[in-house]
Amino acid sequence: MYSEKVMEHFRKPRNMGEIPDADGVGTVGNPVCGDMMTVYIKVRDNHIDDIKFKTFGCGAAIATSSMVTELAKGKTLEEAKKIGRSDVAESLGGLPKVKMHCSNLAADALHAAIEDYEKRKGTKR
Amino acid sequence: MDHTAGRPVEPRVTEAMLPYTESLYGNPSSVHSFGQEARQAIEEARAKVAELINAEREESIIFTSGATESNNMAIKGVAYRNKDRGTRIITSSIEHMSVLNPCKFLTTKGFKVTFLPVDKYGFVDLASLEKELNNETILVSIIYANGEIGTIQPIKKISQIVHGKNAYLHVDATAANGQVPIDVNDEGIDLLTISSNDMYGPKGVGALYIRRGTRLEPSIHGGGQEQGLRSGTENLPSIVGLGKAAEMERKEMPTESERLKKLRDKLINGLLDHIPHSFLNGHPTKRLPNNAAVRYSFIEGESILLDLDMKGVAASSGSACTAKTLEPSHVLRAIGLKHEEAHGSLLFTLGKQNTEEEVDYVIRIMPDIVKRLRRMSPLTPKELRE
Repeated sequence: MYSEKVMEHFRKPRNMGEIPDADGVGTVGNPVCGDMMTVYIKVRDNHIDDIKFKTFGCGAAIATSSMVTELAKGKTLEEAKKIGRSDVAESLGGLPKVKMHCSNLAADALHAAIEDYEKRKGTKR
Repeated sequence: MDHTAGRPVEPRVTEAMLPYTESLYGNPSSVHSFGQEARQAIEEARAKVAELINAEREESIIFTSGATESNNMAIKGVAYRNKDRGTRIITSSIEHMSVLNPCKFLTTKGFKVTFLPVDKYGFVDLASLEKELNNETILVSIIYANGEIGTIQPIKKISQIVHGKNAYLHVDATAANGQVPIDVNDEGIDLLTISSNDMYGPKGVGALYIRRGTRLEPSIHGGGQEQGLRSGTENLPSIVGLGKAAEMERKEMPTESERLKKLRDKLINGLLDHIPHSFLNGHPTKRLPNNAAVRYSFIEGESILLDLDMKGVAASSGSACTAKTLEPSHVLRAIGLKHEEAHGSLLFTLGKQNTEEEVDYVIRIMPDIVKRLRRMSPLTPKELRE
């Protein structure tokens, strides 16, 4: 069902946890549909200095969350905004078709966290 | 520990089937001795299945391709044949898809179907049944026990209510046969769906018990086999296998059920006792001997299954994430669980091969699996995080 890469991230998720004094927090999904993720970011010099996630959901939901934190860490905010759902799925060696829509929300959570950061800073254009 | 999904065929069943896959290939409808040998094997199997459920005569057993066909045959067969008497059908909201979907189909053919609610344990609401039954009702179809929650329905009581209005009672015993003794006479069952694989028989074969005098249309028209109700040359080796499985279950069920009940209760207690925010699905005692169904808050079933699989344990879940439809199980929703509660469901169905050591192993590894996933979940309350 899942690729090796997905299972590897599910087994050992990267950057799992919370950042209590995060600069931006984004939550997408909800427990009713079965997937919910929160992404926390710490920003320094326009770069994502630290990033962590919390996820309720299936194997794909957990693996995509882990992967998006890996892709975004160290990137500039502009670069991070360009990380899309398909980038996450591709980096994981693909996802089952049925999971592409419902469980592939991690990029959205990242974007929501960046948006929250920009809102707080008042720099949102 | 996922025996509802599939069981190994018992070696004694395979052994009984083997001669009929090779040397004994006669057509039971032929007059010559090869054919008659096959005929005799089928009738012996029929007698064994009849004996398992205390059917009054062997001829009341019809062999089919499995429980799905038996359910379709019973529901559509009775509906079409008794349309002159009425067009109302009653069933429950926790039936298998092979009952729910034929019923839904019949609503497009002029029948009116009522889906009865169940309580939090999964018991069919008898007051609703009495209220909905009237002289127009021709058939009531209720599951003996649903395999997802294990709750055993009070079939005898149900049949008394149903027969009070002269309707037929069909019972889907797929998950229950081979688990609990079923007596079609004592319990007042007019049609009973019997599955083979759930009794360690081969897949692709099943049976339908039909009480004498029950009127139903044939499901397959043709050469008139199976009393003209289900034509087609009989699936000889599989029918012999089902007969053997029924014979074994009749003899071995009492001992095995007692063993499974002990394992089940140990497993349920172990899955709930050491883990906070955990709950039982179904009724604590009136449940199938092999069924341990629980749910954990704040986490999702598919990820629990993946963690268990990595540790060599196979189980099942009613979470939407494990379903093709991406909807949580209709059975869990019917017992009143919210979507997020159904997502955290976990089902173990035990079988002959499972040992107490295996149960102990699952009880030992479960707390860490739940802890790991709860640490990741944003829904977990602070006091449960470490």
